[in-house]
Amino acid sequence: MTTPRTLFDRLWSAHEIVARPDGTSLLFVDRHLVHEGSHHAFRKIAERGLPVARADLTFGVADHYVPTRGAPADAEIAGMIDRLAENCARHDILCFGQGDPRQGIVHVIGPEQGLTLPGLVINCGDSHTSTHGAFGSIAFGIGATEVAHVLATQTIWQKRPRAMRVRIEGRLTPGVGAKDVALGWIARLGADGAHGHAIEYAGAVVRALSMEGRLTLCNLSIEGGARFGMVAPDQTTFDYIEGRSFAPSGAVWDRALHDWAALGTDADAVFDRDVELDASDIAPIVTWGTSPEEALPITATVPDPDRAPPQKAAQMRDSLDYMGLVAGRPLAGTPVDRVFIGSCTNARIEDLRMAAAVLAGRRSRVPGLVSPGSSQVKAQAEAEGLDRIFTEAGLDWRGSGCSMCVGMNGDLLAAGLRCASTTNRNFKGRQGRGSMTHLMSPAMVAAAAVAGALTDVRPMLEGRV
Amino acid sequence: MSGWSLHNGQAMALPAENIDTDQLIPARFMSTPRAVGYGGFLLFDQRHDDAGKAHPDHPLNRLRPTVLVVGRNFGSGSSREAAVYALVDFGVRVVLAPSFGDIFSGNAINNGLLPARLAADDHARLLEAVGAGLAAISIDLTTLQVRCGTLHLPFTLDPVWQQKLINGWDDIDLTRAHGDEIAAFVKVRADRHPWMLSGVGV
Repeated sequence: MTTPRTLFDRLWSAHEIVARPDGTSLLFVDRHLVHEGSHHAFRKIAERGLPVARADLTFGVADHYVPTRGAPADAEIAGMIDRLAENCARHDILCFGQGDPRQGIVHVIGPEQGLTLPGLVINCGDSHTSTHGAFGSIAFGIGATEVAHVLATQTIWQKRPRAMRVRIEGRLTPGVGAKDVALGWIARLGADGAHGHAIEYAGAVVRALSMEGRLTLCNLSIEGGARFGMVAPDQTTFDYIEGRSFAPSGAVWDRALHDWAALGTDADAVFDRDVELDASDIAPIVTWGTSPEEALPITATVPDPDRAPPQKAAQMRDSLDYMGLVAGRPLAGTPVDRVFIGSCTNARIEDLRMAAAVLAGRRSRVPGLVSPGSSQVKAQAEAEGLDRIFTEAGLDWRGSGCSMCVGMNGDLLAAGLRCASTTNRNFKGRQGRGSMTHLMSPAMVAAAAVAGALTDVRPMLEGRV
Repeated sequence: MSGWSLHNGQAMALPAENIDTDQLIPARFMSTPRAVGYGGFLLFDQRHDDAGKAHPDHPLNRLRPTVLVVGRNFGSGSSREAAVYALVDFGVRVVLAPSFGDIFSGNAINNGLLPARLAADDHARLLEAVGAGLAAISIDLTTLQVRCGTLHLPFTLDPVWQQKLINGWDDIDLTRAHGDEIAAFVKVRADRHPWMLSGVGV
């Protein structure tokens, strides 16, 4: 009798080149994605005179610094984009650079191009690399020293994480999606709740989610402290991959499918931690503080530090002070100054469709940006007429990039402005020094645009979804 | 990278929770070459006003600690190794907290910075002992002990990381010693799973 295994066990052992007695393994890396921020790593290998070990498994993407309109904001930003192109050219790495019709946010175009496949180990110098785990891969973010190591060796040393399963049972109600599920578990377990763990998302709700929804769920794993998030592949996964540019085809496709069908967790496999959520309990969620764990249903009131446990109260006061919120007031009705729809979390076609379903025939009371997750998503949205819904609502339809999620390209929120945002981090200053971010789903951001304030999207969706 | 096993230095408390890497170094500084030195960027937006003028009362503008005692979930968020560069270039060798972001911890080890985990009650006692200014502190990597005044506390660190810090190991050198095993692995993989390796034009 063999020991029951998790999906993670299977993938880990399939990539293990060396297993040291101290518990650390050398893993083979099937796909390495680099972006403008990888310049530190390229410099590290240049200083040692090392070549890139597997340029054919390395892909460059311009996303963090690319303009979403016109030319780069300044010479330094332009230099970052040029440096990526130069480093890729020097090492013969295929680069989806600025102006390439396949360009987009690295975690959107990996799946879109068929580079992200089940059963792989995928690395990128970006913490949201967990996104790619939605295909049943081990995908995790790494720092610059590790990026240099992967460039030089196509391998990475990792200590095996503990196994955690987040099961989401029941059914999501209209207006509630993957973003709400993710913020829900993070609020419950904390922003460090899954430290040291690899999460497998399972249950009826996950099986029913589209690939876009699974990508959002896995993307946010890191906001709950987990470097890894994954979903076992199924027919939804295979249907998404088939026919994509870099995906296998013909006889190799059949072999791949046969392999992928075996990638799952055995029924009696044991996890170090098991968490279960009931989807019918989940309402649309917004963050009120400066950590993704500081999140509540839109129907709630701003929490009161005086009623919180003493070890939480100081943090809560600091967050409320930064966010300019008053304890005890309803979250709904909090006025917003800007909206942003974009980022690797929520800028795929399904996200844009949801936001457009709310905005169709309505006007936004506040200015805002819509930045599609990739140039292909942008083209598809335009073919579906979604761009007109956004522009007729008064929002700015832009090009693709990380944009106002992190502001590196100059798409920044001014100090003192409050933004309803589909992004992943409400950290102090993340969208611009002194700016205030409320995280929520694309549907909820669209609703905030229409109301000019945080509001429950569900009444606005009646008769529309 | 050179290894180390004992650090005698000056500790300062920064007890706020969830100090993420966006706070440790705001994104706008990350295009700067490392040679410039990242120490000035550390917690820049906390330490400076809107015009970029240093707040004279911020402890990091008055004191030069080599050890920081920080709050839960320190270094969460973005994988930017620049957050570690900012700490190291400022002169910090050790951060002590109840928990750290996983990616941050790995980056710290790769740059000789110790992310030492303390039990919650020990963390509270150390914060109290350090107080509002600087306090002499001693960190022993071999025994995983921290001493501050009369306090004598254990901290936890993955044994692999402990050895790496003490010996100053470089991963690329370690890995290159496994070249034959990597080559053998790649060959088997190419035969069994051709779609995994070919990437383009299968």
